[in-house]
Amino acid sequence: MIRLQNIRKVFNAGQPNEFVAIEGVNLSIDAHVATALKGPSGSGKTTLLSLLGCMARPTSGRITLKEREITSLPERFLTEIRRETFGMIFQQFNLIKGLTALENVMLPAYPRGERHASLKRRAMGLLELLNLAGKASARVEWLSGGEAQRTAIARALINNPAILIADEPTAHLDTALSREFMEIMRQLKNDGKTILIASHDPVVYASDVIDRIVEIRDGRIVSPGDGA
Amino acid sequence: MMGALEKQRHILDFTLSSLGRRKGKNIALAIVYTFVIFLLASVLFLSDALKQEAGLILQEAPEMVVQRLVAGRQDLIPTRYVEAIKAISGVQSVEPRLWGYYNDPFSGANYTLLVNPELNNHPGAIIIGSGVSRRSEPGKPQQSLRKNDHIPFKTSGGEVLTLQVKGLFPSASELVTADLIVISEPDFRTLFALPAGQATDLVLKVRNTKELATIAAKIAQIHPDSRPILRDDMLRTYAAVFDWRGGVILMVLSCVFFAFIILAWDKATGLSAEEKREIAILKAIGWETSDILLMKFWEGAAVSLTAFFIGIFLAYLHVFLASSPLFTPVLKGWSVLYPQFRLTPHIHVYQIAVLFFLTVIPYTVVTIVPSWRSATIDPDAGMRM
Repeated sequence: MIRLQNIRKVFNAGQPNEFVAIEGVNLSIDAHVATALKGPSGSGKTTLLSLLGCMARPTSGRITLKEREITSLPERFLTEIRRETFGMIFQQFNLIKGLTALENVMLPAYPRGERHASLKRRAMGLLELLNLAGKASARVEWLSGGEAQRTAIARALINNPAILIADEPTAHLDTALSREFMEIMRQLKNDGKTILIASHDPVVYASDVIDRIVEIRDGRIVSPGDGA
Repeated sequence: MMGALEKQRHILDFTLSSLGRRKGKNIALAIVYTFVIFLLASVLFLSDALKQEAGLILQEAPEMVVQRLVAGRQDLIPTRYVEAIKAISGVQSVEPRLWGYYNDPFSGANYTLLVNPELNNHPGAIIIGSGVSRRSEPGKPQQSLRKNDHIPFKTSGGEVLTLQVKGLFPSASELVTADLIVISEPDFRTLFALPAGQATDLVLKVRNTKELATIAAKIAQIHPDSRPILRDDMLRTYAAVFDWRGGVILMVLSCVFFAFIILAWDKATGLSAEEKREIAILKAIGWETSDILLMKFWEGAAVSLTAFFIGIFLAYLHVFLASSPLFTPVLKGWSVLYPQFRLTPHIHVYQIAVLFFLTVIPYTVVTIVPSWRSATIDPDAGMRM
């Protein structure tokens, strides 16, 4: 589904603080599979997820999505791919403060021009699915860590993406909430979603939800797991 | 089509909620912005309305006035000039006019004195404007003069001449008549020790206004010491005076305007770390750069349009209902007796448009530029900032 070929990502290229985050990565991600990117902090997991999710461009190398080369696509097309194909769950959740949980969930669908009533209905449906209906009109800064994360999951699902990307999703959760998160991932995988999770939390990568573990260290893949 | 409209609506909804989320910054900006618009619009409205009033007054003015110059200064004109001017073909009538200014040593005010031949049969009688009726003498409480009250005048010989108020001008004509005293010819000549056979100037009526310039040339030829002044010249002078005074205020206000530009630039261009992060999040979840620019456009437009319309509205109230207390001393003259009147509301669409293009458009653009910079970087990089 997604193929990375000889990917290199350099930050602050040509400057004294130049930093190579990813070096020579080749990786294939299959559809309907839950993959965990495992590695210590600073190993390049988040950067790799960003590249996979079209949130950053590689310095060199090629990325193909469903056999379509996307590395050289103009920003407008990348945005469209992000919106239609990927649902993002960020480490800090990245919800917009001051807005309610419901408004945050609806945000990614605004550019699609869907009628407000039907969009609100779908967003409420997702919040109900994640047991958050009672918090729909609460501002996100008032939510607990678990509630904020479930709001972020609902937001990631609003455009019905084929691929769900989560960056250290359990970093701010206790063990019970982390397990609950993995149960939600199981459900979504059973619904046919492709799941990509970057984590160094055993609750995540040791879970039976995960089909494949890709190990990264110092920006390089040290173990590609089963699907390399 | 419906989808595009819904998208606009969603983005507008989000913009309004964004403005609400940054209440402090936006309200402070809107207040300063409104104040600047209010000041600029007040000056424009006031100077334009005054020009308009002056134009209306001068419509009633004579088509031509002939003065006499001595050593480059205006002097009294001999009434014997009348006959020679009357003989010029095209001249309908020539009337000598007596008028002047009088500094009241008792109240310190300046009055305009004008002779009306109709009062010649009522020596000692005057008709006064409402500004004169409000005259007050130092140390005495101010009281309104009424019909049959007396006003003491000091003649040029130092004697006191007491004249009786026989009437007051209606307040509707206050802009013209505030400091006016209409007096009889004998009293005027006594007051200023003016010899008979001399007038302040001559007033002409002509049969065909197209001949004004020719007649003026002929008068200057017959009486080389005379200066004919056409009504159009007076209109131009008045307009120039009000433009100049308006310009003085605008120059002062330009400092305010520049201070506002600096503030707006600082507030609008300096996206906070939170705003930059928010833009990166929106991009990451699928908003296009154009969606973000549209949102920022609505944000800038909402602040600037609100401030613009409130500023214009307040300026309208200030100038046309409250008689512009802020600028009156500069724009209406330096007289002691300020006329109390309400200007006829008169607004040039052109001026509003100029103000709009000088404030709303630049501000809106200024708010978009930094967002464009933030929106064109990778969302990943934006969120790492």
